[in-house]
Amino acid sequence: MKTATDNAIDGTIINKFRARAAEEGLLDVAYTSADSPFGPLLLATTKRGLVRVGLPNQDPDELLVDLADRVSPRVLEAPAELDEARRELDLYFDGKLDHFDLPLDWRLSSGFRQRVLRAIDRIPYGQTRSYTEMARKAGNERAVRAAGSACGSNPIPLVVPCHRVLRTGGALGGYGGGLPMKQALLELEGVLDDKSSS
Amino acid sequence: MTPLPPFQTVLDEHSAAVMGILRGAVGRDGAEDCFQETFIAALRAYPRLEDARNLRGWLLTIAHRKAIDHHRANGRRPIPVAEVPETAAENGVPEPDERLWAAVGALPPKQRAAVALRYGSDLRHNEIAAALGCSPEAARRSLHEGLKRLRKELG
Repeated sequence: MKTATDNAIDGTIINKFRARAAEEGLLDVAYTSADSPFGPLLLATTKRGLVRVGLPNQDPDELLVDLADRVSPRVLEAPAELDEARRELDLYFDGKLDHFDLPLDWRLSSGFRQRVLRAIDRIPYGQTRSYTEMARKAGNERAVRAAGSACGSNPIPLVVPCHRVLRTGGALGGYGGGLPMKQALLELEGVLDDKSSS
Repeated sequence: MTPLPPFQTVLDEHSAAVMGILRGAVGRDGAEDCFQETFIAALRAYPRLEDARNLRGWLLTIAHRKAIDHHRANGRRPIPVAEVPETAAENGVPEPDERLWAAVGALPPKQRAAVALRYGSDLRHNEIAAALGCSPEAARRSLHEGLKRLRKELG
């Protein structure tokens, strides 16, 4: 007996479905995977803008389940919707882009955390700030620990450059993608001496 | 309540089954359009779906309705026989012949769908019931009636 799994679906049928979903405004969350020097990234966008960047050490399936839960279950793989984000990230990793020009969707953060992240978004390329400064910018200088956890929960890392936030005194602090990645990003931006660690 | 998985997961897991029943129900040519209609309708309704436990049955129900729409739009012409997915012969089931599928295509809609879902898509009674929106008992009856009629027609 022929089983249903033998009814293979031609890729063009799925592409047509994606295109029509976008056309009819049903693509609430579009995502794709993108290469980076650190491993694959997950990129997800809503109609408002980039909503999630998943770093290589994060499980993309978990991130998609979270997006389905917190944004909309209409989550579909649709690489074309993320062409511009992918292009800018490629240039950034090549050291050829010092300012992302992508619309952002901030809905995965709120309150103090979102204020911290918006302050981080304004740190220029190649510069760093301390967690204390970010807490102050967000309106509560004493909430340094909360500012640190806002960085840690950044839903749009790389583009919202939480890697530019260091401990007072210059220690690296933490990074969702792991400290070697934070170090490499700061080297790329010329903040840390290139290969200072080798 | 089971949370709704990302729709991409639904598409990945069930698109082959949906295509299977559609090819059985409307033939290869009509199946692609019905497939698009089915998944667009499903995507549109998805956030309001209250129970994520039987996504396959839910999708097959939509697919079945789209197949009926297709037949209505085409004046209930018989299914294009040569395009029907094959039932393999390896476990003793004979290859489908044109007469057989023409006879299946001529069955009343519920019986035709039950036969196509059982033998074209290898669904169980409860899955056929979910796809047809009826009780498993009614699905069994439709299948039984359909098979009885086929035996009579094909002698």
